[in-house]
Amino acid sequence: MIQLGHYLVLSSLVFGIGATGFLIRRNALIQLMCIELMLNAVNLMLVAFNRWNPESHAGQRFAFFVIAVAAAEAAVGLAIVLGVFRLTKTVFTDQVNKLKH
Amino acid sequence: MSIAGNSLFLFCAVLALISALGTIIVRSPIRAAMSLLTHIVALSGLFLTLHAHLLAALQLLVYAGAVVVLFVFVIMLLGPGVTDPPTSRGLVARTVAASLMGLLTLGLASALAPLKPERAEIAACANGEPECKQFGGVDGFSQDLYVAGAVPFELISILLTVAIVGAIAVARGRSAEEARAAERAKAERAAAAAALSKRERELSAEVVASGGH
Repeated sequence: MIQLGHYLVLSSLVFGIGATGFLIRRNALIQLMCIELMLNAVNLMLVAFNRWNPESHAGQRFAFFVIAVAAAEAAVGLAIVLGVFRLTKTVFTDQVNKLKH
Repeated sequence: MSIAGNSLFLFCAVLALISALGTIIVRSPIRAAMSLLTHIVALSGLFLTLHAHLLAALQLLVYAGAVVVLFVFVIMLLGPGVTDPPTSRGLVARTVAASLMGLLTLGLASALAPLKPERAEIAACANGEPECKQFGGVDGFSQDLYVAGAVPFELISILLTVAIVGAIAVARGRSAEEARAAERAKAERAAAAAALSKRERELSAEVVASGGH
């Protein structure tokens, strides 16, 4: 029998994987994908909680807004990666040090 | 939940975990994007087991249809320089970060695992009708969204407009005319600097010619 706890464990594992990926990768594109992973994990948790309290759609409503914000974030983030690549010819975040010198 | 629902949950959960790990492990960003696509499809299946039918469809449309395609476009646009070179730089820091994050995640997961509240039943539609404003369906969810969430919905549309304008403004390169203007300004600055250093040399030559200090 699948319980709420199973969904929450899965969601926290996916969130942890996303956060770990954001910390250990130096590639800005993959870091953006890791942010998407974390937002997706939160979405799963919101929808799971909502399934166990189906009097309102509050959790699904939040997940809807998170999806919209994630889409906007991906568009702006990729535009910034493009701009940085045009300036420095790299997408690796440890090589972008123009403000340092 | 039925046997089919249980097996769908297990299949999608394993697939989501494996593809999430794949996203952060593979070196090539295009493979990471494909892994992310698999993860999103698996999450969409999980939404189906949670009676969130409209959100499952939206997840596929927005993420698989728009966000992943945008990622793939940008990876293709940037060309071959975006694949990570094999490096052991910062290996200790990365190992420490990964193990700390792993500990935190395991703590969170073990704290949440024992939650076993009673699950509310959702009544099926009468007479086999496909849509009766039930939980998670298009009609029921939309009524909730446009009544309780009307103001945030409008704010989200403003946010998306601003994001589109911002993305275009950031990603748009210089037009040919702007590039020429920037080149002219750079040349003028260089000429001014050259004139200044020439004047300095002349002044110091005058000082030397008049016998120095």
